[in-house]
Amino acid sequence: MTLLRVVKTLGLAQLQDGGRFGCRHLGVTQGGPLDWLAAGLANRLLGNAADACVVEIPWGGFSVRAEQDTTLALCGADLGATLDGKPVSHNASFRVRAGQQLDCRSPRSGVRGYLATPDGFKAPRLLGASATVGRERLGGLQGDGRSLQLDDQLSAGSRRPAPVSLSPDDYFDLSAPAILSMLFAAEYAQFSGHSLFAVTNHSWAVDNRADRMGVRLTGPRLVYQGPGLVSTAIPLGSIQVPPDGQPIILLQDRQTIGGYPRIGALTPLAVARLAQCAPGQPVRLHTLGQEAARQQTLLWLQRLQ
Amino acid sequence: MTPRIERVAVDALCVHLSDAIDPDLLPWLQAADQALRQRFAGCLIDLVPAYTSLLLHYDLVQLSEQQARAWAAEALQDLQPAATRSGQLHQLPVWYAPGVGPDLRAVATRLGCSQRELIRRHSQPVYQVYALGFAPGFAYLGLLDPALALPRLATPRQQVPAGSVAIAERQTAIYPLPSPGGWHLLGRMPLPLFDPHTPPYSLLQPGDQVQLVAIERYEFIRLGGDPTPCEAPA
Repeated sequence: MTLLRVVKTLGLAQLQDGGRFGCRHLGVTQGGPLDWLAAGLANRLLGNAADACVVEIPWGGFSVRAEQDTTLALCGADLGATLDGKPVSHNASFRVRAGQQLDCRSPRSGVRGYLATPDGFKAPRLLGASATVGRERLGGLQGDGRSLQLDDQLSAGSRRPAPVSLSPDDYFDLSAPAILSMLFAAEYAQFSGHSLFAVTNHSWAVDNRADRMGVRLTGPRLVYQGPGLVSTAIPLGSIQVPPDGQPIILLQDRQTIGGYPRIGALTPLAVARLAQCAPGQPVRLHTLGQEAARQQTLLWLQRLQ
Repeated sequence: MTPRIERVAVDALCVHLSDAIDPDLLPWLQAADQALRQRFAGCLIDLVPAYTSLLLHYDLVQLSEQQARAWAAEALQDLQPAATRSGQLHQLPVWYAPGVGPDLRAVATRLGCSQRELIRRHSQPVYQVYALGFAPGFAYLGLLDPALALPRLATPRQQVPAGSVAIAERQTAIYPLPSPGGWHLLGRMPLPLFDPHTPPYSLLQPGDQVQLVAIERYEFIRLGGDPTPCEAPA
């Protein structure tokens, strides 16, 4: 039974669950919400599994009408959402009555909002997940990789949990400067000494070449001095440096294999924070040891339980 | 063989068996793949082989990097190349023609041979599937006859049709889905390469062998191929 009907969309909003795992050796990308933390928190507000299916809403411009009474939750970017014109609290769950319209307008902070429903949105599972990957024609409401369309009908569980909200400590302050943790890894030892210094001691800007595959940063030129590389598989958050010296940080929809040298990788938490940075926004990188980065990740994963 | 294990992310190690592409490495890669899958079992999130390496993405909730390194080293010690070839031999039909292989003429001219000779040399070898990547079911096939090796196109095409048979450097491949692409297109293969509904999902698997068989237009259409010509070269 339809719970929500899409009544407005920019064509960018997509269904995303935790992503596809165990099939990257077939060339299938990972997918999943870019800000996995916000998606997980939206789910937690409703008592869902952290990887239940949500709508990722980049840049707002997305409205749904409720066809049944329900409870919804919104996290991530503050999209100035209203319910029948009245503001709804952000980073919280809230009750919605049949006939009411939720409008996600435009970002006041961050880029991507996440809308969750009780037990997650229903969508076919392909290769273990419902995550939408347009390029691969996989996932989403029809399973063919399409983003949500006008008049699409979304269904979910029938629970109606009581409204709750996050404490401010549970999530990033998206209006604060973005400081992204990275590990030196992969080919870092073959970058020039100046590059290793510059990567964490200069400010970077998010380029407008930024999508679900990767985000390019502009700033000091990083210089790789090693030999040409045979292509290898690439993990989430890899900071690859093409010959122009401007790094590209690879996100959830990256291609599985690539051949550019890498100076390191962002931590999963930094990937989530980067997903909320708009083109032109300054970001800084700082390094973390591997075990510290692991402990930080574990701490945040625990909060999603 | 002593693999080099390097950190590539907070929860991923890359196991390098060599730094150069070598057909003799395939049985070693397969043996390493099997040994690592067995050792890591439920702590493995993804294991992704490429030409000379395997990316080991482990569950950081269950394993520290130190443990993961120790397990990888243990799994890889006394590694022996896979004794039996697990791969299948696939004979894949290809319609080589300028409409569906818009670079056929230019490549033949650059190599100073006839189109017929180019087709013969491209379809003669038995290729190995080195790895799957770039797109679901996209198999990196090698090694291409060195006389046919060309750098990638200076400007990639915006849209390469599904089934396109392409070459670049010492590699050849077939595009499973329409996508942008920078390889030289010689023809088109009519059969589907990837089906997300049915295991094992990808027609070609690492370690398989592929032989390309030149076919005529009527046969291509009979097999369900789409003969719509490509966009003009970029």
